[in-house]
Amino acid sequence: MRVIDIKRIVRGGFLNFVRNGFVSLSSVLVMTITLSVVTLIILSQAVLNFSLGQLKEKVDVTVFFTIGASESEILNIQTQLEQLPEVANVEYISSNQALENFKERHSTDYLTLQALEELDENPLGATLNIEAIEASEYEGIAGFLESGDALASNQKVIIDKVNYFQNKLVIDRLIAITEGAKRLGLGITFVLILISVIITFNTLRLNIYIAREEIGVMRVVGAENHYIRGPFMVEGMIYGLVSAFITMLIFYPISLWLGANMTDFLGINLNTYYFANFFQLFAITAVFGILLGIISSFLATRAYLKK
Amino acid sequence: MIRFENVTKIYPNAGEASVEDLNFEIKSGDFVSIVGHSGAGKTTIVKLLLGEERPTKGDIFFEEIEVNKLKSKKLTNLRRRIGTVFQDFRLLPSKTAYENIAFAMESAGKTDEEIESDVPHVLDLVDLGSKAFHFPHQLSGGEKQRLSIARAIINNPEVVIADEPTGNLDPVNTYEVVHILKKINSLGTTVILTTHNKGVVDAIHKRVITLEDGKIVRDDEKGKYII
Repeated sequence: MRVIDIKRIVRGGFLNFVRNGFVSLSSVLVMTITLSVVTLIILSQAVLNFSLGQLKEKVDVTVFFTIGASESEILNIQTQLEQLPEVANVEYISSNQALENFKERHSTDYLTLQALEELDENPLGATLNIEAIEASEYEGIAGFLESGDALASNQKVIIDKVNYFQNKLVIDRLIAITEGAKRLGLGITFVLILISVIITFNTLRLNIYIAREEIGVMRVVGAENHYIRGPFMVEGMIYGLVSAFITMLIFYPISLWLGANMTDFLGINLNTYYFANFFQLFAITAVFGILLGIISSFLATRAYLKK
Repeated sequence: MIRFENVTKIYPNAGEASVEDLNFEIKSGDFVSIVGHSGAGKTTIVKLLLGEERPTKGDIFFEEIEVNKLKSKKLTNLRRRIGTVFQDFRLLPSKTAYENIAFAMESAGKTDEEIESDVPHVLDLVDLGSKAFHFPHQLSGGEKQRLSIARAIINNPEVVIADEPTGNLDPVNTYEVVHILKKINSLGTTVILTTHNKGVVDAIHKRVITLEDGKIVRDDEKGKYII
């Protein structure tokens, strides 16, 4: 194809877009709905991921060490744990720190504090708080600690208990919820996007059906298929681009409102999220809209260019 | 130049043949009127010649090219050698008069300079110079048909096919269209005119092929409309 042809095709597409005012308007509206669905899904995923992330952070496995376990041994285990690929973070709390924390937590409970003072030595052992990357990995980490691999270098047992087994039920349930929510989210996303894509495709197909006689005339005049199809595809591209702009405009006040009123409920400030990811969101909707417009127009014109 | 050999066309689900066992030849520079009642098969001949329809049986030749066996790309090339005028004008509604003609030139791969110099000229020729930027819906029937003729001749085609070009026109416009077609023919272009307008055919005094129920019943060198 020559450069002049491309220039003419692009100009033709723009002229069609402007001159077919009502048809263009309806197509842009339908595509805006589709892109709004896409944006809404992206925002919902952000809320879902944020909530699940927070939930996951609240679950950890704590290793309680025996009183008198040496700090170097504990730190040695910490290093080993940190080297495991499934571990996100390991926090060491020394027995002194544990005692401080305990006192702080019970600062108003004089009875407990008094009882504590009666004791000669610190009754609390050191702990390691372990956060895994995925909730499903706690079992493996707990298994690693139980198996004694962590203690291979020094045979003395310094681990008092690992609270994973106490928390197993909660962790298992959390894993199920996380996986379920992800699967459900993916399913809903797929169905919603599929429906809106079909509606947009049919709208563009209808536009081209209206222009089928025009396509026939172009063929009789001797226009090649790409020259007939090109402007329709450019028009589809413009629908996508304009709709992406409108979608971003629509979501601006929505994100403002959500940020101001729903942050506590959702746990995440969607207005901040929207602006932090504005260009990514625009790029996703624009590319999605442009591809949808181009592919729909390509497929819809094919039926009239076959003969 | 154009040859129909034993051509039969039966449309799917139609049962009867639209045209049956057609044999005729049109020489370069001829002016041929194809006449007959509605449904006699005139438009089918035009569609077959343009490759819009394929014959059920037989062959159609444009010079040595077998039209009925052409693939899409080559058919496009053939169509550029033929200018067509239709009863319903078949203009592009979202393009101005100027753009309708320019589109035919663009399709033929002409440069912007050629388009800028030729389009105003041909619009003047059909007396539409002042309406270059009107859209088809802003033109009268006669003007639309003149525009359609301008588009048909802009690429200097070897053949102009006019399918019932006067069907929607009043007598004055009919006369004008026939006059333009005769002029085109006098400049050496082959013209094929299908019509059921007796007055038009009788005024031309050229070859007339008469169709009845899809068959050729007369083929006269200087014929009249006789059915």
